[in-house]
Amino acid sequence: MTYIADVSALARKDLLLELRAKETLPSMLVFVIATLTIFHFAVPHGTRHVAALGLLWVALLFTALLALTRAFVAEREERLFDALVLAPCDRSAIWLGKALAVLAFLVAAEVVALPAFAAFFSGIDAHTVAAVALADVGICAVGTLLGAMAVAGRARELLLPLLFLPLAVPIVVGGVGASAGAGGRYLLFLAFYDAVFGVLSWAAFEYVVAET
Amino acid sequence: MIRGRDLAKRYGERRIFAGVDVDLERGGLLLVTGPNGSGKTTLLRMLAGLVAPSAGELALPPRETIGFLGHDPLVYRELTPLENLTLFGRLYRVPEHRERIGMLLERFGLWEKRHERVSTFSRGMQQRLGLCRVLLHEPALLLLDEPANALDADGLELLQAVLEDRQRAVAVATHDSRSVEHLATGRLAFT
Repeated sequence: MTYIADVSALARKDLLLELRAKETLPSMLVFVIATLTIFHFAVPHGTRHVAALGLLWVALLFTALLALTRAFVAEREERLFDALVLAPCDRSAIWLGKALAVLAFLVAAEVVALPAFAAFFSGIDAHTVAAVALADVGICAVGTLLGAMAVAGRARELLLPLLFLPLAVPIVVGGVGASAGAGGRYLLFLAFYDAVFGVLSWAAFEYVVAET
Repeated sequence: MIRGRDLAKRYGERRIFAGVDVDLERGGLLLVTGPNGSGKTTLLRMLAGLVAPSAGELALPPRETIGFLGHDPLVYRELTPLENLTLFGRLYRVPEHRERIGMLLERFGLWEKRHERVSTFSRGMQQRLGLCRVLLHEPALLLLDEPANALDADGLELLQAVLEDRQRAVAVATHDSRSVEHLATGRLAFT
């Protein structure tokens, strides 16, 4: 119960910070709509549904990257990792609280992005929605861990995409596969990715924040 | 409380310090002095368990008994003092933290501003809030890096009272030791 209360306090703090600063979510919304608009005009009219779905996944992935890049900005600017890491709570609670906050931003962006995609290109089925939901979990789990690793480096804005995008390839494979009609096994693949990388990220966070 | 023998820290080829012995017991005040860049902050972070020594032996108390104030007050600038202290009270398992937070905010002259965002505060007020945060869980070991930074006369008086409290062990890193010198029970001079 204490662990859940810690996670909830940390996630609530991030949501409150975003509510005050209004920096991450508006940027994500503008980015995803602008990207879908560009895709709408860039690809020829009558593009196949499967190709359009590929563009949706690209847009969602880069929108998530935007949120992940900003995830630890407050901790970096105010050097707050020291105070958080010294707290007697389980350090993985810091990761989970942050991942949940990023997940909330990503879901909010997708609530706008998916209808926009349907308006620009074609309708979205239940498999796509399920794939997006499962992909979100993996993106936030892995991305938050890598965001914490990148924040310590000097070239952090470059480092995060370099670390994150290769690990996001399976998410795109699973997401496009599930959206393109081969639902079941690709959804299972995404769930498997979430489970494996969720546990790995949860366990590894302790070592990521420990300075040597 | 702290016992360190032959402590050293290196970052790659760069030596920060070497051969440092540290002994600090409850009621003691260790004064760490030296010019900018001499390794004072690194040593304090090491004593907090935030940086591992490259060599030597170091015995530290459990992390929940440590209060660490760095160069920055380590508070969220877009939250209010009340929100900051409530968060850290929760994470540091402070029992009846509402009463404790109220008492600290009163003591450090921030009660009237408890609902205002920290980003609107002067640097001195932020430092006062940093001191509230660090005292919130009543740490047995207090590690303060340049704690007098930006504090006005009233703030310095409050800091002095904290340093004079002999119920805990305190280590203070500063490049200007005049106001703390008379309280020190041990000294480490970095060059």
